[in-house]
Amino acid sequence: MKKLLILGAGTGGTIMANKMRNLLERDEWDITIVDQHKTHYYQPGFLFMPFGYYTKHDVVKPKTNFLPFGVNVIFQGIERIDATSDSVHLKDGTLLHYDFLIIATGTRTAPEETPGLTGPLWHKNIFDFYTYEGAEALAGFFKTWKGRELVLNIADMPIKCPVAPLEFVMFADAFFTERGLRNDINITYVTPMSGAFTKPRASKVLGELLVQKNIKIIPDFYIEKVDNEKKAIVSYDEREIPFDCLISIPVHKGNPLIGRSGLGDEMDFVKADKYTLQQVEFPNVFVIGDAGNFPTSKAGSVVHFQADVLTENLMCAIENRPLTDKFDGHSNCYIETGFGKGALIDFNYDTEPLPGSFPFPGIGPFGLLKETRTNHYGKLMFRWIYWHILLKGKEMPIDSKMTMAGKKM
Amino acid sequence: MAQKNFAGISVDVNDEGYMTNPSQWTKDIAREIAKEEGIELTEKHYSLLEFLRQKQAKGESLTIRSVGTSGFIDIKGFYQLFPGAPMKKAAKIAGIPKPASCV
Ligand SMILES: Cc1cc2nc3c(=O)[nH]c(=O)nc-3n(C[C@H](O)[C@H](O)[C@H](O)COP(=O)(O)OP(=O)(O)OC[C@H]3O[C@@H](n4cnc5c(N)ncnc54)[C@H](O)[C@@H]3O)c2cc1C
Repeated sequence: MKKLLILGAGTGGTIMANKMRNLLERDEWDITIVDQHKTHYYQPGFLFMPFGYYTKHDVVKPKTNFLPFGVNVIFQGIERIDATSDSVHLKDGTLLHYDFLIIATGTRTAPEETPGLTGPLWHKNIFDFYTYEGAEALAGFFKTWKGRELVLNIADMPIKCPVAPLEFVMFADAFFTERGLRNDINITYVTPMSGAFTKPRASKVLGELLVQKNIKIIPDFYIEKVDNEKKAIVSYDEREIPFDCLISIPVHKGNPLIGRSGLGDEMDFVKADKYTLQQVEFPNVFVIGDAGNFPTSKAGSVVHFQADVLTENLMCAIENRPLTDKFDGHSNCYIETGFGKGALIDFNYDTEPLPGSFPFPGIGPFGLLKETRTNHYGKLMFRWIYWHILLKGKEMPIDSKMTMAGKKM
Repeated sequence: MAQKNFAGISVDVNDEGYMTNPSQWTKDIAREIAKEEGIELTEKHYSLLEFLRQKQAKGESLTIRSVGTSGFIDIKGFYQLFPGAPMKKAAKIAGIPKPASCV
């Protein structure tokens, strides 16, 4: 029997297990997937939890519900990959061998990288919403909080879903407006980037939206530490911003196992070819999703588009053919803007988000880089699609390659 | 492709003023770009610029954090040399593309 081993049963690992089990003969190929946790989180739902829009049941399901019959599932921590001998060591000492390996171990927040962040105020006045625990603690806090300084800080790039912090402050604006508290609360968006977003045209449009909503942007702020006594964040160039409630998007890193295995960069992201998704040194090792050092958004939509390319290229490698498919960096993100509206951006490695309509030119139904009600429903629909179509690796009516059709230059 | 004249030499730049061909870079050009950014270059600046150029040539990722943990300089020192937005300014003066880490 030949062996395909998948590390991580989150979005990318689960999709690949489903796709490859459909393609590889059961009597020739053994497929094994390993993860340390039994629970699958719908991470985009973490954004909705602090405002009480989603609860536990919307975002938590058992991983095994989404893994296909005929795949071996091991719940165990992964210690180290030994790519020179095609093997993986698990925490309990188990040794697994593979012919082909897919790394899908994602990224994690590393609040410990910022001094003072996890100090006495952690989960009292300082919250993250990028973890289930953080989102839940914040939901409790917001129930009674009356103000005054609400500060959101992005510690560093890259982060998962780079629009989520923008959505958060726009949700906060709507949430506190509806509760009649908005006049008592200042919302400040503090970012290491030069503007609201990473790409110029989207940054301009989104930046203007924040201004309209009376949300203050402080750009080029690179956090050094949190001063718990003063309740302030401090930058490396010694600027201080006081807060009563700090929402932190901590530094993101790859899983430490990548560093232990010598396969990553200094942030433990796997060094991979951004087009073929192959690890740069080992041709039988492939990477999908947040775990890679790909210069595109770390997002579920990216994982979904990469899965098509990875499936194709993995089949090429298995059949000893040159890799034929290329990932173009395609990313597609719905952006909640509050009050039942949303925006949408669609872009890749070479083309920044542009205005227009999506997916059908001139028709939509979704509008690119503008606020509409339909876009908001798109985001809400995404949860259903995620659980029922995306994870199962089924076809979706959106091409994995970005298209210029419907976009206005 | 836009051109810009530094120290009597015409170099290729993008619309944000970043040089697009690192091989056209010289120390004199660096001094002039730095002046536009309000920075007077010292030997310390130059050795860091060389270090960044080498990292970039090897295809390594360039972020404030990766430079600050490289052992060459810490983040605080990086800020002192290139105040405000050190990675963006240093890349511009080192004649290398704007780091694509911001996605
Ligand atoms: C607040 C928030 C909002 C978001 N919003 C959106 C959105 O609107 N749209 C969108 O497209 N995306 C969104 N995302 C991003 C999306 O959720 C992720 O990009 C996606 O889930 C990444 O999939 P992945 O397979 O790469 O990693 P993950 O799904 O994170 O899976 C990684 C898996 O690897 C396992 N693992 C890691 N290390 C080990 C180890 N050593 N041993 C054993 N197991 C290990 C983990 O337990 C985990 O199950 C959002 C994310 C967050 C946090």
